[in-house]
Amino acid sequence: MKKRNKTGFVIKNIFIFAFAIVMIYPLLWMLFSSFKPTNTIFATAGQLIPTTWTTENYINGWKGFGGVGFGTFITNSLIIALSATLGTIVSSALVGYGFARFEFKGKRILFTAMLLSMMLPAQVLMIPQYLWYKQLGWVNSYIPLIVPYCFAIQGFFVYLFSNFIGGIPKDLDEAAKIDGCSYWQIFVRIILPLMVPALVTGTIFSFMWRWDDFLSALMYVNKSAMYPVSLALKLFSDPGTSSDYGAMFAMACVSLIPSVVLFLTFQRYLVEGISTSGLKG
Amino acid sequence: MGNRSSNTAGNGRGLSKNARNNLLGYFFIGPWLIMFLAFTVVPFFASLVLSFCDYNMLSAPTFVGWDNYVKLFTEDRLFTKSLLITLKFVFISIPLRLIFALIVAMILNRDSKMVPIYRVVYYLPSILGGSVAVSVLWRYVFAKEGVFNQFLNLIGIPCNISWISNKDTALWCIILLFIWQFGSPMLIFLAGLKQIPKTYYEAASIDGAGKVVTFFRITLPLLSPIFFFNLVMQMIGGFMVFSQAMIITDGGPLNNTMVYALYLYKQAFGYYKMGYGCAMAWILMIIIGFFTLLVFKSSSAWVFYENQISEGNGKKKRKRGGKKA
Repeated sequence: MKKRNKTGFVIKNIFIFAFAIVMIYPLLWMLFSSFKPTNTIFATAGQLIPTTWTTENYINGWKGFGGVGFGTFITNSLIIALSATLGTIVSSALVGYGFARFEFKGKRILFTAMLLSMMLPAQVLMIPQYLWYKQLGWVNSYIPLIVPYCFAIQGFFVYLFSNFIGGIPKDLDEAAKIDGCSYWQIFVRIILPLMVPALVTGTIFSFMWRWDDFLSALMYVNKSAMYPVSLALKLFSDPGTSSDYGAMFAMACVSLIPSVVLFLTFQRYLVEGISTSGLKG
Repeated sequence: MGNRSSNTAGNGRGLSKNARNNLLGYFFIGPWLIMFLAFTVVPFFASLVLSFCDYNMLSAPTFVGWDNYVKLFTEDRLFTKSLLITLKFVFISIPLRLIFALIVAMILNRDSKMVPIYRVVYYLPSILGGSVAVSVLWRYVFAKEGVFNQFLNLIGIPCNISWISNKDTALWCIILLFIWQFGSPMLIFLAGLKQIPKTYYEAASIDGAGKVVTFFRITLPLLSPIFFFNLVMQMIGGFMVFSQAMIITDGGPLNNTMVYALYLYKQAFGYYKMGYGCAMAWILMIIIGFFTLLVFKSSSAWVFYENQISEGNGKKKRKRGGKKA
């Protein structure tokens, strides 16, 4: 009986492991290809480890294209993703606190409206928003990519945070109030420190989404010196722009570094943040 | 601003409880509310109005009644095609994505020494999957000399076609990428699995239930609210698929991967047919609304909420007892 269990265990693990290889293989292929001499990438596509290692692709790729270095694209993306994420997290925490702790008039309608806006296809708002921003003179700047996020426009985060705050015992608020704290102080001194796991989860999601955001960059950024990485990479890879596959793979790998680092550092929080905030249907 | 705000929040104590709650509530949600009205509610209705207009951004919009909608359904062949492609895409990729997400979540939820390694190996590709880099990579994985063909050759199937530029297979490449990006539903499943009390499984094993029975009788029912949430959110996301199709194939070959959102984008920002684009957006919303409603309506039959658990378990036991007798 025990022996049979053990063979079963081994078979199951082999299967899980093989499946894992299939999952990660394309990424490994890209990583190792970026170290192959560019003219051998497709000739040796079946072979994972390069025969000759080279960093030439990284040097060529970093030069960028159209006279703009790849470092500029990275900086642009960092500016956009970091400021939009900071804005999202701070504003969504505030709004989440408002929804979780105060019984104000129209709260249910507004909360429902927010949840519905989460389900609203972006395409419905896309065109009028574009016209709006154009009217305001915001097109061809980072404002549409940053400012709306500083006003908790993504219902997902408000929902995540308000659920989390709802799970913090109200007694703590009451105790602080008796000690003379204002509501603002309760938020800063009691609620914020307690919601760190949710804030971390939110930060990871927000940063990754902003970093990968492609559609709004496509719509609102026209000057190549202002391109974020996502857009730059797309144009880099378009047939006609470049046939330097090695450089393209190298820069694709570079573009994934922030997300990988963020993920490896905080992966523990990802599941914790979601389960403690009770994100459910 | 900081000082004034803390005063407002502090002074609230002098007012009646209701007034104070209103004041404080609106103080905290205020910034969101203004932006929500300006950049969500107004565009929402503007979009509806525009869908009945002809607007190319050069001259003022002119009201054309139902023209845009009539044209879409009677003249625009590509519209119908893109709609069918999108439906096919959603109905194939979303169920598979959810099933994979659930399987991987269950693998990661086990008590095994290998889990930390699996976690990296499974999470990482699916979480990075949404990036442009991976879409770009996909183009070369399924290219003529790409990894996929090399793999087929390795297992003895000689293959020399470009999967991306073949009109019958191109959509499948995008579907495969979409399934491969199961990160976010997987995380939500995993969080849900961790919340199922271990005692349920212990009780089941004492009753002599096997793994399959345990899965269908305990895991699946208890996970159904989460499955429901994932299904709705993923389905909506599936109908809106855009960047993968734009980056990998840009709608080609022969418009066979022209998904709805991509066609909409091209109409609005390629040909500057803003009114036409808005009409398409509203049709998309109605379609999504229809399927969401369908899922909601059906949910009473298959979604199991926690307060029903004890009652539900009782019923099941009775059923099982009945079979034995």
